[in-house]
Amino acid sequence: MCHQTVGLIAGELESRGIATTTVTMLREITAKVRTPRALAVPYALGYPLGKPGDPELQTRIIRAAFALLEAPGPGPVLADFTSTWIRSAP
Amino acid sequence: MASLSDLSLKNRVFMATYRYRALDPVPFARPRKPLPSARVALVTTGGVHLPSQVPFDDAMKGGDSSFREIPSETAVETLGIAHKSDAFDQTGFRADRNLGFPLDRLREMAARGEIGALNGRALSFMGSITAPGRLVKDTAPGAAALLEADGVDVALLVPL
Repeated sequence: MCHQTVGLIAGELESRGIATTTVTMLREITAKVRTPRALAVPYALGYPLGKPGDPELQTRIIRAAFALLEAPGPGPVLADFTSTWIRSAP
Repeated sequence: MASLSDLSLKNRVFMATYRYRALDPVPFARPRKPLPSARVALVTTGGVHLPSQVPFDDAMKGGDSSFREIPSETAVETLGIAHKSDAFDQTGFRADRNLGFPLDRLREMAARGEIGALNGRALSFMGSITAPGRLVKDTAPGAAALLEADGVDVALLVPL
C-alpha cells in the first residue's frame, strides 16, 4: 500500500507547485494510481534503492529519479531504471 | 522488478481486488529551478521515527495516516522503524536505513552541489494505509503545506 500512499502524497505536493519524483517497485500499482513522475526499479519490495550498504547504486537510482524532472509532461511519467542509467556528477 | 506474483497469497489477493485511488487529473508541476539550485525534501513511507517520537500505530484499522518530521541532520541508524508489514522483506532496510530513507545520499549530493539544498525536515509516513480518506483530506495536505512553507522545490518520495 506504500505505493498508493506515495502517489497520493505526490499528487498533493504537485498541486502546490512542488515537483515530485517517486521510486516504485510495483510498476503496475504506480500506473493504476497515476503517480505524477515515477522511476520503476528492478528490485524486490523493501529494496527501493537497490542494495543496503551500496551507496554508489543508491546514488545512481536517486539521480535517475531526479532525471525524470526534466520530462516535459504531462504526467503521469513512468520510466524504468536500468544499469545503463549513468549520469556523472557535475 | 517486484510484481504482484511475488507476494504472499494473502497480500496478492488483497492487492488484486483492492480499488486503488487514482489521481485524475494528474497534477504536474514543472520544477521551478534547476536541481543544483533546488531545495529538495525527502518523503518516505518506511514508518521511520525518532526514538523520542511516538511510533506509528501499526494496528490502526485502515492504517495510520499520520506523519513524523525527521530533522535532516539525523543519523539514520538511530531511527526506529514502526513498519511491521509482512508484505515485504525488511532485512535490508533495517540493516541500512538509506535503502528507503536516503538522507545520507542526499546530504552527499548537496555537498557535491548536485542539489541546491536538503530541506531541514524530511517526512516519514507509514505504508499499509488501506483506507486513505484521512490521508487525502488531512495529513497529506498538512504535510504538503509544511514543505510549501519551507520553500521546497522538489520532493523525492520513496515507498518501502
